[in-house]
Amino acid sequence: MTIIFSLFLLSLLVVTALAMVRTTNLFVAAMLMSIFSLLMAANFFILDAADVALTEAAVGAGVTTVIFLSALRLTSQHERGPLASGRWIARIVVAVTALLLIYGTLDKPRLGDPNAPVHLHVAPYYLENTDKLMGFPNVVTAVLSSFRGYDTLGEVFVVFIAAVGVMFILDARQGTGPEYEMPEVGLKHHLIPRAVGGLLIPFMLLFGLYVQFHGEYGPGGGFQAGAIVATAFILYALLEGEKTALKAFSRNAQTALIVGGSSLYGAVGVVCMLKGGTFLDYSVLLEDPVAGRQVGIIIIELGVGMAVCGALLSIFHSFAARKPVVQNR
Amino acid sequence: MSFADFLGHYNYVVFAVLLMIGFYAVIAKGNLIKKLVGLSIFQSAVFLMYISMNKVDGGTAPILQKDVVDQIYSNPLPQVLILTAIVVGVATLSLGLAIIVRIHERYGSIEERELLDAD
Repeated sequence: MTIIFSLFLLSLLVVTALAMVRTTNLFVAAMLMSIFSLLMAANFFILDAADVALTEAAVGAGVTTVIFLSALRLTSQHERGPLASGRWIARIVVAVTALLLIYGTLDKPRLGDPNAPVHLHVAPYYLENTDKLMGFPNVVTAVLSSFRGYDTLGEVFVVFIAAVGVMFILDARQGTGPEYEMPEVGLKHHLIPRAVGGLLIPFMLLFGLYVQFHGEYGPGGGFQAGAIVATAFILYALLEGEKTALKAFSRNAQTALIVGGSSLYGAVGVVCMLKGGTFLDYSVLLEDPVAGRQVGIIIIELGVGMAVCGALLSIFHSFAARKPVVQNR
Repeated sequence: MSFADFLGHYNYVVFAVLLMIGFYAVIAKGNLIKKLVGLSIFQSAVFLMYISMNKVDGGTAPILQKDVVDQIYSNPLPQVLILTAIVVGVATLSLGLAIIVRIHERYGSIEERELLDAD
């Protein structure tokens, strides 16, 4: 039964992707992207990746769509047809490469093969030692924040740099003058979205906090929680308009959240070094190494959550606070 | 190749097809936003390949269950790599969108042909 379901979902992915490429209306493409992400999340869930499914649903289907739409507002909604020349060459190249790729994947172990090389290297070590070393059950969180903590620190810095880049490119500093004037209306005059949104936001925030602090015991953690909390604030901004939203959660506070979150992560590493361990070796934080690791992981997950939430929010506001330039050509 | 073999590789076939659909949009479409849409399909295809590799027969999500003996768990490592990549993906996608917004403000167009003509 599951196999029929997953074949169906995978085929739907291909159909959605084809529709995304074929449509000339970019608004339609953005909506299809959201559907694509949701299908992808369902596929991840079937493939036993609960944490990844949660991330894809929160980030891909939620935040990406909103950021995409707010960018479309500043550009144009219609695609003026593809490049005429070279279309057939492109199709031939793509078809040949697809066949080569499929031929190459025939050598891969089949789906679910327990003896595939990927399952024989470090994965058994992670599965055996997570409970012993960390004392909590979610292996994904353990690998993310402790076994491979360096990777995650790097990823947080990439998110940080991308958010700073968007702020620089879109010149999102606060100022006066017509180009900084913010759209104020939002959905204030629409009763139903406001009523429903007002009911949803507190529960979204609560769920975000649950995902943040329950990430060691169930699917979740800083990345997912940051995205969910950011979505709640973005919904508030969509309902009440930019001005009110920025009064509630200013640009400076968002920047402080990004900087604070990523420095909190780095600071934990430095504290570990000062206490005589190596960088990001949490076991030296407390007398009991297991408790020390748990404290370290909770703090760095908080840092990740803060950084991701601040980055996504400030990226959204950089797009949303910008006025479309009227072209006079 | 038997039917069971085909089913075992169906995920990878979908991966290859999605990767190439995304690649086609990047090389054949003139609209810059459409190129980014293609790039994100490409990226999702890679995610799908990694997550397909983590599946183990009869396994479950890698969240340890204390009172269950001999439970098989799927591989946590590809999941961690992709989890962080998804969040980095949205951040880099918005960086691309920000550049496109500035190009549109400067040139009044996001079609590659018109941009090349304007320069």
